[in-house]
Amino acid sequence: MTARPLRLPALAAVLACGGCGTPWQSALHPGGAQAGGLLDLITIFTAVCGIVWLLVMIVTLLTLRRRRAGIEAPLPRDEGTERRPRRAVQAAVATTVVIIAGLTLLSFFVTRGLTADDPQALVVRVRAYQWWWEFTYQDPRPDQAFTVANEIHVPVGRPVRFLLEAPDVIHSFWVPSLAGKQDLIPGRSNEITLVADQPGVYRGQCAQFCGLQHAHMAFLVIAEPPDRFAAWQVAQRQPAPEPATDEASVGRRIFLARQCAACHTIQGTTASGTLGPDLTHVASRRYIAAGLLPTTRGSLAAWTADPQTLKPGNNMPMVPLGSDELSAVSAYLTSLR
Amino acid sequence: MTRRLLILAGLLALAACKREQREVRLDPPALDALDQVALMPNGIGGAPPDVLPALGRPYETNAYQLSQGKRLYGWFNCTGCHANGGGNVGPALMEGWWRYGPDVQSIFASIRDGRPHGMPAFKDKLTTEQIWQLAGYVQTIGTYAAKTAAPTRNDEMQSRPSESRGPAGADIAPPSR
Repeated sequence: MTARPLRLPALAAVLACGGCGTPWQSALHPGGAQAGGLLDLITIFTAVCGIVWLLVMIVTLLTLRRRRAGIEAPLPRDEGTERRPRRAVQAAVATTVVIIAGLTLLSFFVTRGLTADDPQALVVRVRAYQWWWEFTYQDPRPDQAFTVANEIHVPVGRPVRFLLEAPDVIHSFWVPSLAGKQDLIPGRSNEITLVADQPGVYRGQCAQFCGLQHAHMAFLVIAEPPDRFAAWQVAQRQPAPEPATDEASVGRRIFLARQCAACHTIQGTTASGTLGPDLTHVASRRYIAAGLLPTTRGSLAAWTADPQTLKPGNNMPMVPLGSDELSAVSAYLTSLR
Repeated sequence: MTRRLLILAGLLALAACKREQREVRLDPPALDALDQVALMPNGIGGAPPDVLPALGRPYETNAYQLSQGKRLYGWFNCTGCHANGGGNVGPALMEGWWRYGPDVQSIFASIRDGRPHGMPAFKDKLTTEQIWQLAGYVQTIGTYAAKTAAPTRNDEMQSRPSESRGPAGADIAPPSR
């Protein structure tokens, strides 16, 4: 029994620990103007609603205490005492209308900026699949456009306009540290614009339940200075590097001959499938399988060997490979930097 | 008495709890065995691999496997030749007449190894399990008997019930031969 008083504080402490991690996915740690505006909105709404709640509670408590004084029934009719409650109700209704109208207008003006169309914006087409993200950097010159998966880089200070599409089911694009949510709906096109004001790594997550592996549908937004972003862009436009070792070139041969090439693209080879993530520079990304595992040769091999154990229900089949073949394929994938 | 009835009702309600299982990962030996189709010398008919009935013929009776097959049907451009079953460059699949046999192992062999006059082999593009999923789904397009499992419904407007929900014969007369 002595442990009971400690139980609640202990629970609260455990919950509080949830806030201790790196704030790379938190609406309370904005990294850009849009998220900053939304944080102001959250703060104002919480404060106003908190004050209203407090006032209501105080008035309720006062009323309850006054009842105790004992009132004779039936109440005697008295014009003076009846006018007061009527005024109080009128005042409360008026205040409610003003507060709600105020919050509505505030919300309108803050969120209006979220879809602002800027001609200078970088345009990225997003296609959300079960359960990964495809990003295509648009360019007026088609040969300069390129496709990546599950990890994007953006220049600090420049707006990025995301054109949102979903070929299978409804998903939702959410980078809490940079902007609010926007749904991707099959058959419709949506948009969201965001600016990262501070360099950093921000985590995004599908925010609309989309099936078995909804929880493993994350992506990274890496905001970096414009010159580093330009260098990254140039690197991503390059075809995949030629395999440097014999093992890697055997791996490439297996990749192209087996089922892998039917779903994945590797620029510079004959692999041109579009059903799975583009693997041209897969080893340059920090995670594989939409945030499931950090990119290492081991995780790439494990994923290739048995995707259904690591992420049950995903659409990558288990391609039967011998241990030598698996080793060669993982060597090749690791070389795709 | 009322209590007994309530308990009975509760037990009955529990009967609804069984959900169809999704087998997303087969053991590698079972996967290998799935490839062992014993076709007749002409490449038609014959026996399915022994492991298929042992698994409970999931590719014909399991809604998840049928849906995966339907997904592959679109992904691997079966529609390019067979349309949505009506046929175009390739033969129609929905009229219930199978050139190479109506059984699932013949359809499996058609997809895996290809057939003369244009049907390509998909064995380098699809894994054995995917070919079974696709074969199971293709069989439902031209089915004449309603099954208890159906793939996911289409988003577009349809003129007939979902594949394998209603027999194809209900709205298309089988060719007289």
